[in-house]
Amino acid sequence: MALFISPRRLKASGILGINQRNANYIMRYNPRRLFPLVDNKLKTKQLAIEQGIAVPPLLAVVEIQHQIKALRGFLDKHEDFVIKPAHGSGGNGILVITGRYGQNFRKANGDLIGIDAIAHHVSNTLSGMYSLSGFSDQALIEYRVKFDPFFERMSYQGVPDIRVIVFRGVPVAAMVRLPTRESDGKANLHQGAMGIGINIATGISCGGVYRNSDCIIHPDTGESTENIQIPHWDAILRLAISCADTVGLGYLGVDIVLDKTRGPLMLELNARPGLNVQLANGIGLCHRLAKVAEMKPLPDALDARLDLALDLARQAV
Amino acid sequence: MKYTAVRVWALLLVSLGLGIGYYKVTVSGLPVTPEQETEIWTVQAKLNFVGNGGPAILDLYLPSVLPGYVKLDEDFISKGFGLALQDERDNRKAQWAVRRAKGFNTLYYRITVTESVNDNVWKSRPAFPRAPDYPEPYATAIRSILDDARSESADVISYTDELLQQMNASSPNENVELLRNRAMNTEQWVQELINVLKGVRIPARTLWGLRIKDAGNHMQLEPMLQVHNGEHWITFDPLSSVRGLPKHFFPWKTGDKPLYNLTGGTEAEVSFSVVRSYQAQLDIARKNLAQKDSFLSKFSLFSLPVQSQNTCRLLLMVPIGAMIVVLMRTVVGISTFGTFMPVLIALAFRETQLLWGLGLFTLIVAIGLMIRFYLERLMLLLVPRLTSILIIVVILMLLISLLSNQFESERMLSVALFPMVILAMTIERMSIAWEESGGREAMVQGSGSLLVAVLGYLAMTSEQLMYLMFVFPELLLVLLGISLWLGRYNGYRLVELYRFKSLKQGGL
Repeated sequence: MALFISPRRLKASGILGINQRNANYIMRYNPRRLFPLVDNKLKTKQLAIEQGIAVPPLLAVVEIQHQIKALRGFLDKHEDFVIKPAHGSGGNGILVITGRYGQNFRKANGDLIGIDAIAHHVSNTLSGMYSLSGFSDQALIEYRVKFDPFFERMSYQGVPDIRVIVFRGVPVAAMVRLPTRESDGKANLHQGAMGIGINIATGISCGGVYRNSDCIIHPDTGESTENIQIPHWDAILRLAISCADTVGLGYLGVDIVLDKTRGPLMLELNARPGLNVQLANGIGLCHRLAKVAEMKPLPDALDARLDLALDLARQAV
Repeated sequence: MKYTAVRVWALLLVSLGLGIGYYKVTVSGLPVTPEQETEIWTVQAKLNFVGNGGPAILDLYLPSVLPGYVKLDEDFISKGFGLALQDERDNRKAQWAVRRAKGFNTLYYRITVTESVNDNVWKSRPAFPRAPDYPEPYATAIRSILDDARSESADVISYTDELLQQMNASSPNENVELLRNRAMNTEQWVQELINVLKGVRIPARTLWGLRIKDAGNHMQLEPMLQVHNGEHWITFDPLSSVRGLPKHFFPWKTGDKPLYNLTGGTEAEVSFSVVRSYQAQLDIARKNLAQKDSFLSKFSLFSLPVQSQNTCRLLLMVPIGAMIVVLMRTVVGISTFGTFMPVLIALAFRETQLLWGLGLFTLIVAIGLMIRFYLERLMLLLVPRLTSILIIVVILMLLISLLSNQFESERMLSVALFPMVILAMTIERMSIAWEESGGREAMVQGSGSLLVAVLGYLAMTSEQLMYLMFVFPELLLVLLGISLWLGRYNGYRLVELYRFKSLKQGGL
């Protein structure tokens, strides 16, 4: 295989490049004043709760170093939880505790961690270690999602999530992100997670990508990732659309997890979704984005836009 | 749409920058490469005379109108003499005077010129001469020659042309022969021609000049014929009839007055010598610019004191480094730690030299990283941790300096030139990248930063670019235009062509 693909062929496949995404979609459709709504996970969560969007319940918020003392007693009462920085990016600084082992807590990868280390982690988070700009931050402590058994057989630790790209309130592409041993339980593709494309029209998986190349078998579990029907697909799309309506960003990535009991929950929003969804699906975004961009007024009703998304996806297939 | 505005601005800025640069190149001849050199001629007139013991005054004609030449410099070496300069129509005169001139005296006049295209011309307007009463048998001969020439010509130039053809014919008729026998040398021949031209009332005069050649000594002024056509003085070679100033002919004076005039002395003698040398074209162009006292010369960075000039040289290279970063990040897609960190590292490389710089940088970052990994286990808060790393970096730099002093290695002493805050932040960012995305990703980003820094260093130390930026600072506008344009660049990055190489064909 050649080392590079020619730009002309890439353009013919409709692949969206980072420069084009930034210049033509993010700059044009995402007003900067709305960015804090998604960059600050606390704000996102509060907004979502207001609007009745399903999210993992918030257990506590740590805002100042002093509160860490009280946190020790608070965490003692919980079996499992997730700590994440309000301004984190790329899944950095997220600590998942799956259970207790005596005085210690058990991390998602099975390692044990003491309360001191957790306190230090929270303290680091508050001092801005994981935040994009390095400013002081808040730590969110929230319900740990018990993911749907559906994913159990093909995911290696961590929480698999579904990313839906919503453009002007119309879902245009989606993928499932499966953590691998390499990604250390994180669902981020550039950290080594596996991406699986999903047909928006049907919710059925097609192909996949791991480390930038084609892959249809999970590298750790050996499970095939083809032709799988994602459960609650209709609800997932509806959730994604209402998230986009709530924050008002035109070009949005919605990360959704499937909880065993609570169903699809919005985990976080991303105003600058990456382009890996194209690799996972094996198709470029440009054509669909252009079609949606051409439609002058889009219907207000959620159902109408859902139909539009399904139509678009069917045309593409 | 905003995109159009960006394009218009970019185009405007680029063409403005290039336009000013082009103007400077064409008008003042500023060279575009640092090494370009030009021939310059130094012409010297040496005057000797023996003083009578009383007051002495020496007049000497000096070069004044110099078509095809630019005067770079001139000086007078005349110890003890008073000097006065005076313009006299198309000529210029120097007058040396001394109260008491005794024995052998030597005066020098020296002028440095370079050949250049310009519009210097003789501006004086002569009166029409009266037709003289030629004595016989010359009157008949001259009248016959004039009639022959007139029948074949339309204006002053073609008339003179035709006349010279006749007068210089290889097999002349008896009329021309008669005149030729009267002229003993070229000077007299020119006088003869002037005299003949008077017969048709064409103003004419002698032009004296030097045929300059390298290492010419004891040279003499040679006469040329000039005629005025009502607008310009036109020069003809009196022997070969060729029109125009010959190449390497350096005009000194016009008219028949003697080159010099001495009172109060004897045995006056003038001799000319010429030396050719080479000088950087840049210096010549600057002198040229300064002599014209033009607007551009005042706004040239050369007008700054030397120390500020060096600061500016450095300052002007920073945008070049930043441009490399933009290209590498936006067009190629290399990720670096911090946007302009590579530029600062590259600036440090300028002082330390490339290989030493790379070695020292890697050394400090490697040791710093190891210590940082230990600090991670101490669970420090962010700002105190950053401060600790900064202090450790300073300690490392001091240690390396002390060590290098022991080994008497000058180069390693330059470690002090690294921006320590940048080093500390690089260590911190690299360790976080290491923790979160793995050693591989950290190394990729680290080497990306170094690669961009090295490219930036190469661009920022390029003699050609340094020269261009300093002499043509308007190129900053070009850089600004390019960066505006790149700000709306929405093509693929080179790394994306690699990343999407496995894309299935036939997809939408």
